[in-house]
Amino acid sequence: MNTGNQTADVATETPLHLERTTLEGKNKILGVWLFIGAETVLFACLFGTYLTLRNQTMGGPTGQELFSLPLIALATFILLTSSLTSVLGVVSMHQNDLRGLQLWFGITLLLGASFLGLEIYEFIHYTSLGHRFTQSAFASSFYTLTGTHGAHVLFGLCWILGLLIQSRKRGITKETAPRFYVASLYWHFIDVIWVFIFTVVYLMGAAG
Amino acid sequence: MATFLIITTLVLLLAAIFTGGYNKKFLERVQKSWIWGWITTVDHKRIGILYIVASGFFFILGGVESILIRLQLIWPGNEFITGDAYNQLLTMHGTTMIFFVAMPLLIGLMNYIVPLQIGARDVAFPFANALSFWLFLSGAILMNLSFLFGGAPDAGWTSYTPLALNEYSPGPGVDYYVLGLQIAGIGTILGGVNFITTIVNMRAPGMTFLRLPLFTWTTFVTSAIILFALPPLAVNLLLLQFDRLFGAQFFSTAGGGDSVVWQHLFWIFGHPEVYLVILPAFGMISEVVSTFSRKRLFGYTSMVFATVVIGFLSFMVWVHHMFTVGLGSMANTIFAIATMLIAIPTGVKVFNWLFTMWGGRLRFTTAMLFAVGFIPTFVIGGVTGVMVATVPADYQFHDTYFLVAHFHYTLVGGTVLAALAALYYWWPKIFGKKLDEKLGKWHFWTFVPSFHITFFPQHFLGLYGMPRRVFTFDSTPILNNLNLISTIGVIGMTVGTVAFLYNVVITTIRGKSVSGDPWDGFTLEWTVSSPPPAYNFAQLPLVRGREAFLHEKLLGNKKMKAAEPLGAIHMPSSSYLPLIMAIGLFMSGYGFVLRGFELAALGLIILFIGMYMRSFDYDPGYHISTEEIKQIEKGLKA
Repeated sequence: MNTGNQTADVATETPLHLERTTLEGKNKILGVWLFIGAETVLFACLFGTYLTLRNQTMGGPTGQELFSLPLIALATFILLTSSLTSVLGVVSMHQNDLRGLQLWFGITLLLGASFLGLEIYEFIHYTSLGHRFTQSAFASSFYTLTGTHGAHVLFGLCWILGLLIQSRKRGITKETAPRFYVASLYWHFIDVIWVFIFTVVYLMGAAG
Repeated sequence: MATFLIITTLVLLLAAIFTGGYNKKFLERVQKSWIWGWITTVDHKRIGILYIVASGFFFILGGVESILIRLQLIWPGNEFITGDAYNQLLTMHGTTMIFFVAMPLLIGLMNYIVPLQIGARDVAFPFANALSFWLFLSGAILMNLSFLFGGAPDAGWTSYTPLALNEYSPGPGVDYYVLGLQIAGIGTILGGVNFITTIVNMRAPGMTFLRLPLFTWTTFVTSAIILFALPPLAVNLLLLQFDRLFGAQFFSTAGGGDSVVWQHLFWIFGHPEVYLVILPAFGMISEVVSTFSRKRLFGYTSMVFATVVIGFLSFMVWVHHMFTVGLGSMANTIFAIATMLIAIPTGVKVFNWLFTMWGGRLRFTTAMLFAVGFIPTFVIGGVTGVMVATVPADYQFHDTYFLVAHFHYTLVGGTVLAALAALYYWWPKIFGKKLDEKLGKWHFWTFVPSFHITFFPQHFLGLYGMPRRVFTFDSTPILNNLNLISTIGVIGMTVGTVAFLYNVVITTIRGKSVSGDPWDGFTLEWTVSSPPPAYNFAQLPLVRGREAFLHEKLLGNKKMKAAEPLGAIHMPSSSYLPLIMAIGLFMSGYGFVLRGFELAALGLIILFIGMYMRSFDYDPGYHISTEEIKQIEKGLKA
């Protein structure tokens, strides 16, 4: 309980899991796991809504006509790779390697941003084909599901960017380590959601 | 946007007048004032009190709304409040009582009591705790502003589509409902995360899970319900917001949408919600009954098990609100059976309370009276619950006053009576003074019988076919008499409530300070002074048995054994950011209601700036030194 007696010299003998050395750190990690639990339910509801309404295209383009799998596969590849780089960032953190941490989380940031760019391009492309948000229940539920995921990616990018700025001043400490760790947890969660979107929306949609 | 600027200028002007204008000493003066202390607090005890006070305020609002409803229904063809005004009243009464009275009252008591019961110095996330409160308050205020600006929501507390769509509910009413609940709901989810983390990570040494007091256990399960039940509401509100504001087609049949989606998502949230407000009540009753019977709780482990089972089953029964939708007899049967299963763990609880009292040395304090009044009242609500879970019969009960009677027996007869018992029980701990027992008995003997006079006849109103949510009824002798009786009952409930409020005022002014343990309690919150110091425990207690304090008392010890040497205590700094972030979301919500999207965006920007400021803030908190603790402890009588 007492967090005041953390006297171990962090620079010379870093514990293996720096993020769990304080009660605050442990709380943060459990808290984010619970938050991810709530987010899972949130996405489950959006998936349920989409699955109910996906055939209600009301004369607009269907998923089969819209979805181009090569582009989506590229986006999937980029996002899954960003999950890997965030793991490498946490590994660097455990080795007390600040440069490595900044490098790998920086790459995560770039990959996330390019995923978001692809998604924005995709949306613009769809609207030009007449697949608009207000067109049909299918369109509304498609944009809400993928858009909510995209908003989560954007939020994650801002989060990691903020942490990278902090790391320049503070390095790897028992205060910053849990923050990077939970940001990476959140990032994995976003990737897992995308795997489901890829399967349920795009693969099932393209299959008709 | 223009309105917003005018209001901002006005608020700043008023602030300047009341604070004496801006000069060099301004900030110093503000930071020393007691108001600043309360609005920047991150202390779980102060936040608990804020929750309780806020819920009291909204209880009066919701209560007045219910009085107006009953006055309209006093006789047939009454023209007191009709049509849309009546719809607004019944919508706001329901929404207010559930979201802004029951939940904050329970969460307030959890906030105050749970850290004390598990031997912790605060919750896991004190900052997020403050944020939860301010979000709840801004959501509640936003929704109630609707009365002044544009008309209140009028589509019922369930806000079913297509009724709640623009086509049938024009005007901003339902938008206030959507945005107000969304903001308050975000705060509640954060609270759920906070309580679970606190209970898992911050129990005192020796406080194993099967030594947790029952109130803490029910808080734990309730928090899990919050965590998984509130997101469906958030999604549902988001979809309705998109339909109403941005022309999405989720619920309108013309665009391929499906109204039943709303109903499913609403009840996937809505049914766990009613267990969310009853489980903490079960926990309170367990504490009160056990303390005033001077006996350990009978069947502790079965109580814990029953709590967990109820929490689990609460997610498995939502379709029983939708029997008449036409989902088919297979779906209806499965959900009917699941619903009836809940009667088993609930029955376990009722018998455990009775066996706790059996052979105990009963003390009929006001708290105990309310707890004992709770048991038969809640059982009636439970029995009618099994009745409405019977599918063929439900076709008759659905949307009638039978339903209204049923859920008032569970929510008032269950949650409110338990919360009142808990307030009388924990009031000395929270405010350091016992509520007056004589006035308390007046409160009980007016409130509870009148409750039955008000709501018992409504069962029969329903059986005679009177629909709920309709502002008038045909003149027939049975309906006339029963409605008149029901309205007369409200008088007694009002008198009881006024007696309670008078009691609160009188106690605050004239009440005598009490010791830390006025009821001869069993659990850890009674080992510290009333009210406890900011750090709760000078030394964390070592827990050596279930009912930790009773265990020590039976061994002849007056105090808990300490689990750590006396040392400096680390405290979190107070912060104004939670309030700023809540104001940001409030502005954003109001912007969406007014369709002023610049204002909505500005509010969100304020929220994100607040989050960034919080992320960049490495405030280490402060320490209370050993000498200061010794000084404080000397001044307290434990």
